[in-house]
Amino acid sequence: MSDFFIILIQAIVSGLLMGGIYALAAVGLTLIFGVMKIINFAHGSFMMLGMYTSYWLFVWFGLHPYYSLVISFIVLFILGGLIQRFLISRIEHTEAQNVLLLTLGLSLALDNLVAFLWTADYRTIKPTTFSGTAFIGEIMVSVPKLMAFVLSLLLTVGLYLFLKKTDTGKSIRAIADDIEGSHSVGINIRRISLICFGIGSGVIGVAGSMITPFFPVSPSVGSVFVMTAFIVVVLGGLGSFWGALLGGLVIGLAESIEATYHPGAMQQFVTYIIFILTLLFRPTGFFGGKSA
Amino acid sequence: MRNVLTLNHRILAKIVAFFLLVVFLVLPVANPVYLHILIMALLYAYLGSCWNILSGYTGQFSFGHTLFFGVGAYVSTILFVKLGISPWLGMWLGALLSMVISLFIGFLCFRYGLKGPFFALATLAFAEMFRIGANNLDITNKASGILIPMTGTSITTFQFHEKGVYYGIIIVFNVIIILITFFIQRSRLGDYFEAIREDEEAAQSLGIDTFKYKLVALAISAFLTALGGTFYAQYSLYLDPHICFGVGNSIEILIRPILGGIGTILGPVIGALCLAPVSEFAREVLRGWSGAYLIIFGVILVVAILFLPDGIVGFVKKHFFQIKMEGEGR
Amino acid sequence: MALLEVTNVKKSFKGLTVFKDLSLNVNKGEIVGLIGPNGAGKTTLFNLITGFHKPDQGSITFEGQAITGLQPHLICKKGIVRTFQIVKPFPKLTIFKNIRIGAYKLVTDKKIAEQKANEVIRALDFEGEKHMLPSQLTIGGLKKLEFARALATYPRLLLMDETMAGLNPTEQDAMIDMIKKINYAGITIFIIEHHMKVIMSLSHRVIVLNDERKIAEGTPQEVSRNEEVLKAYLGDSRAC
Repeated sequence: MSDFFIILIQAIVSGLLMGGIYALAAVGLTLIFGVMKIINFAHGSFMMLGMYTSYWLFVWFGLHPYYSLVISFIVLFILGGLIQRFLISRIEHTEAQNVLLLTLGLSLALDNLVAFLWTADYRTIKPTTFSGTAFIGEIMVSVPKLMAFVLSLLLTVGLYLFLKKTDTGKSIRAIADDIEGSHSVGINIRRISLICFGIGSGVIGVAGSMITPFFPVSPSVGSVFVMTAFIVVVLGGLGSFWGALLGGLVIGLAESIEATYHPGAMQQFVTYIIFILTLLFRPTGFFGGKSA
Repeated sequence: MRNVLTLNHRILAKIVAFFLLVVFLVLPVANPVYLHILIMALLYAYLGSCWNILSGYTGQFSFGHTLFFGVGAYVSTILFVKLGISPWLGMWLGALLSMVISLFIGFLCFRYGLKGPFFALATLAFAEMFRIGANNLDITNKASGILIPMTGTSITTFQFHEKGVYYGIIIVFNVIIILITFFIQRSRLGDYFEAIREDEEAAQSLGIDTFKYKLVALAISAFLTALGGTFYAQYSLYLDPHICFGVGNSIEILIRPILGGIGTILGPVIGALCLAPVSEFAREVLRGWSGAYLIIFGVILVVAILFLPDGIVGFVKKHFFQIKMEGEGR
Repeated sequence: MALLEVTNVKKSFKGLTVFKDLSLNVNKGEIVGLIGPNGAGKTTLFNLITGFHKPDQGSITFEGQAITGLQPHLICKKGIVRTFQIVKPFPKLTIFKNIRIGAYKLVTDKKIAEQKANEVIRALDFEGEKHMLPSQLTIGGLKKLEFARALATYPRLLLMDETMAGLNPTEQDAMIDMIKKINYAGITIFIIEHHMKVIMSLSHRVIVLNDERKIAEGTPQEVSRNEEVLKAYLGDSRAC
């Protein structure tokens, strides 16, 4: 194989792997948006908290992030649920940007509180299992990234099945379709909103845990991901599950190819260019029916 | 009832006047540190007022307003440092460029009906683009930023050794923006802006070209915000992409009007004056803890959204004057 | 030439057909009632006329000019204004300001706009509520506000969507009087209404929609004797 193809395939592989993570980050956001029609700006901060959960559990107890991601899910599910119940539910029926402002305030407080507690330093962990790189032919694949990718896909599919098959999942989808109708058929909207926000938050916590083996932990890490997740959601179509998955992969690929051919700090720039092109030519995203 | 109200008004007016006199005249003379704090508070009162025209009156929340601030700051600074063009001239060019950029962004966003949180995040995305751009371009001197050489006090270079001059300038800026807001609120334009904020469909059905007037609000806001950017550049004599285009500055711009009361003439100024002692306390007293004021900002934002939906101005009007918001609006 | 002509309009949403091929006219000076069971597409028709939706096919003309697919504010400028079934006041602005915003359609000068707003307020006997906020009004007051705001644009055709819903009989009678008064002053009225009594006493002509099409048209008496109309209405108990 020529070098050109090796480099290209390498870029595609790395891009898809990262794209899986972006997709998972976006799935939580799109789930919450689809059902509650709100955007959680603290989404990135929740991811950061998931990362710290796994980081400390590894440092203190040697617990591998692939195990501690369960704890991340629980911690963030509870935190998300509490925030929904005691803060967001109070202003849900006011102007839509109020939730965004409130969660912006939360993320500001959370990020800086974490920076105060554990300093702004970048921290990394090196688990001994599921580490290193594997070679498929001449293509290099980072094992933790591959794991994260596979787990992301599994989790996305699992979440999809949960929404499709379980009673709670069906209620969530019913609310997403028609909130008044769901109310009249006796769905407890308060409870479902809480569960939905909890799951959305839990999922982003898991995404945080999964990337700790290869992504440095820091208090500000969330702010990078929240914008990417938002752009993925817009690209995929607001509230669309498979759109988030596809959008994530596209953004991952684009960033990786940009980084391969134009090394430098511009890779995020490509994400924003895609965002603007989406607004210009396909504002409803891949799977969106209506624009915002 | 009527008499009690007027009496209350009078006493309150005297107290406020006395308080303002102390804050604006006595404190800065007493200690130059207060002067700096006041200049910064008034700068953000000004920027908040600019934001307020778009977000408070027209209801289009911008989370990326620092973009216009940054464009103003960079344009006048680059023209000054590289070509020797006076910032007094550069600031208008920066404002014009900022307006053009805002029209482009607004065109993209409003054409597809991006509203509320989506418009907010889209503006943030645009500001981030500029931050990444400024971090990587030679003309902005990448991440190291631009140090503006101090060439000595001169009117033409917009540089003064005396902080008092900056203080005077920023007071003039504030007087002008308050007058602009006042005239907008009293004009047809203000009615259109508020109609769009209150109910866009109803506004359309009454013949208001909502797309056009949202762009008008955005353009005015962007133009004026950029002027504040130039002021900041000439006052601090240093710029970098993070200060000019970072999310943090966008939050700084919007938090004061939200605290003070959006869609009111004095809300941003009142918010800025109330926030100044809090953030200075956090910055000075909790000096070892650099993010402390941001935690406080975050908490203030949460509390303001939950408990002060109409800001301090709305709260005071409701509880002390027993008149409804806008009840006296003409 | 009729004032408003809707010709062969087709409209569907996500595969659900609302109108297959709808044509109807409203003549100058008329009060035309639009009735039909729920889901017959009455509000959709108003949305199509006022530009909030675009027809898939067909044309709409007003005073002989095509207005098909124009944006809502341009249609308002042509002289058509509507009220909304679910009232849409500007909640944080006083009644006076709400109405003044309508008055700005014709004039740019604030003083004249305020004069026009005051005229409407006086004509509708709204003076007591002038400085209130919409939240202080009853549902009857809010419906009146919709009406007043629309009237302040000095339209030539006024589309009224369920203006009577939620009003008590006294308020209904007052509203009927007002509608007759403004019609007398030269404004053509196209009105969606569920209350048969209102439609019967108000309309010069009634158009009945059902099953994606117009099923009947004529004077209130003619329509109320029409077999197809009776059939459509027997299947819908709400509509009487």
